Amino acid sequence: MTTPVLLRVRNLKTYFVTEQGKGTARAVDDVSFDLYSGETLGIVGESGCGKTVTSLSILRLVPEPPGHVLPGSLIEFEGRNLLALSAPELRAVRGNQIAMIFQEPMTSLNPVFTIGDQIAEAGIIHQHLSRGAARARAIEMLRLVGIPDPDERVDHYPHQLSGGMRQRVMIAMALVCHPKVLIADEPTTALDVTIQAQILELLDRLQHELGMAVLLITHDLGVVAGHADRVVVMYAGRIVETAPTDALFERPTHPYTEGLLAAVPRIDTPRARLHAIPGQVPAATAWPSGCRFHPRCPYAWDKCVSQEPPLLEVGDQASHTARCWLVTEPGRRVPQR
Amino acid sequence: MTLVEVRDLVKYYAGERRWFGLGRPQAPVRAVDGVSFTIASGRTLGLVGESGSGKTTVGRTILRLQERTSGKVLFDDNDVFALDATRLRALRRRMQIVFQDPYSSLNPRMTVEDTLREPLEIHGLHGTVSALLDEVGLDAAFAKRYPHELSGGQRQRVGIARALSVEPQFVVCDEPVSALDVSVQAQVLNLLADLQAKRRLTYLFIAHDLAVVRHIADDVAVMYLGKIVERAPAAEIYAQPRHPYTRALLSAVPEPNPHATKRRILLPGDVPSPAHPPPGCPFHPRCPHPKKSERCRTEPPPLRPITPGHLAACHYAEEPM
Repeated sequence: MTTPVLLRVRNLKTYFVTEQGKGTARAVDDVSFDLYSGETLGIVGESGCGKTVTSLSILRLVPEPPGHVLPGSLIEFEGRNLLALSAPELRAVRGNQIAMIFQEPMTSLNPVFTIGDQIAEAGIIHQHLSRGAARARAIEMLRLVGIPDPDERVDHYPHQLSGGMRQRVMIAMALVCHPKVLIADEPTTALDVTIQAQILELLDRLQHELGMAVLLITHDLGVVAGHADRVVVMYAGRIVETAPTDALFERPTHPYTEGLLAAVPRIDTPRARLHAIPGQVPAATAWPSGCRFHPRCPYAWDKCVSQEPPLLEVGDQASHTARCWLVTEPGRRVPQR
Repeated sequence: MTLVEVRDLVKYYAGERRWFGLGRPQAPVRAVDGVSFTIASGRTLGLVGESGSGKTTVGRTILRLQERTSGKVLFDDNDVFALDATRLRALRRRMQIVFQDPYSSLNPRMTVEDTLREPLEIHGLHGTVSALLDEVGLDAAFAKRYPHELSGGQRQRVGIARALSVEPQFVVCDEPVSALDVSVQAQVLNLLADLQAKRRLTYLFIAHDLAVVRHIADDVAVMYLGKIVERAPAAEIYAQPRHPYTRALLSAVPEPNPHATKRRILLPGDVPSPAHPPPGCPFHPRCPHPKKSERCRTEPPPLRPITPGHLAACHYAEEPM
């Protein structure tokens, strides 16, 4: 691939000291990936897999304490390690070159300021716009994200808007400074399905128009299938599979990816029993030995219990990797239970 | 045999009063606005809609967890709203509910055992807590635990066990898997299907997710702004949706297949407030139907049969989109 790497994450470890002080939750445990300019990279996983903590770690938004990013972790944006920046240097990047939108448009907007003020703020701080120019920019941004009557809406407060409109405002806020990277953490999870379709369409259009890279964090394989170029699947603080989107859905290799895909209720299949993954996600304070998925894996054998596999290349494609011994011993892909 | 019959059910919530409760009331919120359906014994009706469509209000009103504004609910030929307190309590044993949020619907100060034993004692039943836990796939050791010690999926299993403890015939499942992760959601859906087969249960399954409903429902009703806009056997509604809103909902479901070639119907705008539903067809301001006309803006379309057993409330339900 010739496109330049915009964001390089290497050996990211973010741990939390648990409340009772009894243990350490290894929420993100040695995660590495690249984000290329202009692409959409999906990070998929269920609650507690570490996908949100990964995204918060990139912008150093993890509350410290109880959390801390371990030494040896690297988050490189355009050649600079974000983890080594001073607070003022970091502020120049955050919200300016890397922006973020969150799951809850209801709680991530400030209820006592107009949406115009909130959108203009980043322009005033990062681009030193005058109040008038910032307001004009806010109106322009509202128009860009498809809010009707932007001249009027700019003076509205968040409670006067619907959930879908609030998420549009969040997107407008994030894009004021034309960031190179947009981190979207479950941007449509709180929205109804018809509104979700609108917002995803909007993100696709804006990405195309503004040429930014998007890190799309979601639990929904359907969202990833329609909107990501490449996918990272996380389980128990680790990356378990990475692949171009087509390859992942055509040839899911890690048993977790395989199980997750089979568990999704499909609109195009008639009533039938769903495939369920037995058991539940283990606690972050006590990940299982060996492969962290082995207690729930239908194929696991003794090697999986004792040795954790590295990310292995699937076939001869360097772009498709899976953290599973089945890559080296495909004959064992026979369910044991 | 019909177990549950709902006839023209209406539930309005009184409008808020401004000026510290002294002003004139605002327009009432028409949460449920003339809903009718029947559920045959042993079957599952999937009730689908987005937030504010009134689907949850339908479920709660059927069980008389709140009073209706008008309309009738017959449960096994008993008029639910005509019963006195004693007879209603006796009837409640036969109809139960599983709530969406397993985090807030269990009492945090009661162990699993206490939660499950209470209904058994109140109704003088002989069931045991361990048998109930076993039935929902939980180890007997869970009896001594408190809700905060359980995962979301385990709590939902306890919620199901609580509903089943009084041996109901009819269970309203109000978004029972919406708060759960995909892998756990599949476990709970399978459990609900198994329990239905074993205990010959009748379900009203309320959900916003058409894909989830497809895996459990025999019949599907789609709600929009307090009204049912389409109702049909499940296979039929997924193969040949007739109402433009159902078509848009189906097309908006993100499919886990990068090569899905379906045509997306993007609906413009937001759902209007149920306090001020649009005149005529409530869906007309967002409707993408090419035949949309003046008639849609003025004349409310009745829910009418398009083919035998398949009803839709659209003037142009026969026309292709």
